[in-house]
Amino acid sequence: MATLLIAEHNGTELAPATLSALTAAQQVGSDITVLVAGANVKAVADAAAQCSGVGKVLLAEGDSLAYDLAENLSELILSVAGDYSHIMAPSNSVSKDAMPRVAALLDVGQLSDITAVLSDVQFQRPIYAGNAIATVTSNDAVKVITVRAAAFDKAAATGGSAAVETLAAPADSGLSSWVNDELTQSERPELTAAERIVSGGRGVGSGENFALLEALADKLGAAVGASRAAVDSGFVPNDMQVGQTGKIVAPSLYMAFGISGAIQHLAGMKDSKVIVAVNKDEEAPIFQVADYGLVGDLFDVLPELTEKL
Amino acid sequence: MKVLVGVKRVIDYNVKVRVKSDNTDVDLSNTKMAINPFCEIAVEEAIRLKEAGIATEVIAVSVGSSASQEQLRTAMALGADRAILVETEDTAEPLTVAKTFAKLMADEGAELVILGKQSIDSDNNQVGQMLAALTKRPQGTFASNVSVESGHVAVTREIDGGLRTVKLALPAIVTTDLRLNEPRFAKLPDIMKAKRKPLETKTFADLGVEVKQHIQLDKVEAPAARQGGVKVGSVDELIQKLKDEAKVI
Ligand SMILES: Cc1cc2nc3c(=O)[nH]c(=O)nc-3n(C[C@H](O)[C@H](O)[C@H](O)COP(=O)(O)OP(=O)(O)OC[C@H]3O[C@@H](n4cnc5c(N)ncnc54)[C@H](O)[C@@H]3O)c2cc1C
Repeated sequence: MATLLIAEHNGTELAPATLSALTAAQQVGSDITVLVAGANVKAVADAAAQCSGVGKVLLAEGDSLAYDLAENLSELILSVAGDYSHIMAPSNSVSKDAMPRVAALLDVGQLSDITAVLSDVQFQRPIYAGNAIATVTSNDAVKVITVRAAAFDKAAATGGSAAVETLAAPADSGLSSWVNDELTQSERPELTAAERIVSGGRGVGSGENFALLEALADKLGAAVGASRAAVDSGFVPNDMQVGQTGKIVAPSLYMAFGISGAIQHLAGMKDSKVIVAVNKDEEAPIFQVADYGLVGDLFDVLPELTEKL
Repeated sequence: MKVLVGVKRVIDYNVKVRVKSDNTDVDLSNTKMAINPFCEIAVEEAIRLKEAGIATEVIAVSVGSSASQEQLRTAMALGADRAILVETEDTAEPLTVAKTFAKLMADEGAELVILGKQSIDSDNNQVGQMLAALTKRPQGTFASNVSVESGHVAVTREIDGGLRTVKLALPAIVTTDLRLNEPRFAKLPDIMKAKRKPLETKTFADLGVEVKQHIQLDKVEAPAARQGGVKVGSVDELIQKLKDEAKVI
């Protein structure tokens, strides 16, 4: 039994989600190899080698891996898949894109977004927007798994001293090519890594009004999130969406302003440690999951809160 | 260009599912069912391609129980030209669905397949990517914009850091995200007309698709319920609670 864990990184640093997925991998078995793929990612591989419980690091660098194209990344993973019983990755937009490709090429199923490891073959995963938890067993020789990072504690980023081996990058598939990126620039913490999140919904009313949330977020060192309605209305970019089909978060503090609490939104944040809801409708479903609810107008509450903190 | 679109029958997104008391599965008896919202977006995108003169034919495909005919009729009322139901009473796994689409894609000579990025029941997010792998074709997942050019399709994808545009050689597979379009509603005359559009029923055996059980469902449970909290009366009280009780600020 051996596990290949695909690292999540931003090109220079290992993402905290990798450490959460590493914990899941450790629960599966102790023989763990981390694969770091990208254009120029030696520093990430060196960081992965320091993580506790990592036996080996595979470093694959090349132009074909620069933009996480699933066609190329899946070929890379496939080129070493034969050595492993488990291929795991933290659930993110790269792994969601590439891992099912790997599974199909291996003619196996995929376990998406697991939240618990019960044994090396049995896992739990949420279904129906987290309104049910399925216990599933894989019958396949190779288990392809994405891990919900929010459900696992982070493994230690130090204490290891794994060897780094290089792996040849695959040839470009010639089927798809990168055109351009429009990435959101922000000085604030990443949503999925943040300890505190200040989130806004349709009730915030406009993109400009999000400045009120940003002011509070800056006071708290928090990330800013949003509901689908806020994203669809063009207040904020898509990468801020929290929910069943957006980002899954579990910070120690989640503050929801002008969010009604639809099941799809709750699916993305209901495992937060402490939830605060501010809504002018006292019947809003968000209050059913909030530890602290304040019925009121967010345009009054936000400035007062920011000032008094 | 022929376009295949996936249509899955799922629980209506407004309905909160209940778990069966024997924990074998969720209870869908007497539950309102609908087209998976992401599939609805896929159907809309295909119809727009037809209206733009790019798609010549839109074929809606469902893998599911005979009741899925209802969702296929809806897709045809929205504008799909015909439909294929690959009928199975058992829940089909994503890989089986992908194999089915791979076969139909070849049989129909489809150049573009548009699927939802995930279904809101099993939340797997797998079929489009698996289909692309099986057919050795490129994929544009989580699409918020699709533009077909000669021999290519440019897809803007919603990724964790923002948006990324990729160019795919056709044939290609696209999976939809929420911002791709806003689906239309079916009009009554179109609902009537859809009843006369062709709906073909096939089986996995007809298509030569092998069905294997890769993942076995052992148990389904309700999630741990969150304790309802308290209402605070003022900002001051909120700050005091967060500091002294929850100790999070
Ligand atoms: C397939 C699918 C996937 C989805 N995925 C997601 C997802 O991932 N994430 C997600 O969030 N949603 C998702 N949704 C959408 C979800 O169903 C809801 O429509 C959405 O979450 C509503 O956003 P909202 O709470 O901001 O808006 P609304 O439901 O309109 O709520 C606005 C709230 O603001 C309050 N309000 C208004 N003004 C004020 C004020 N001045 N002060 C205080 N309160 C105020 C109102 O009382 C109301 O409760 C999905 C839906 C579908 C169909």
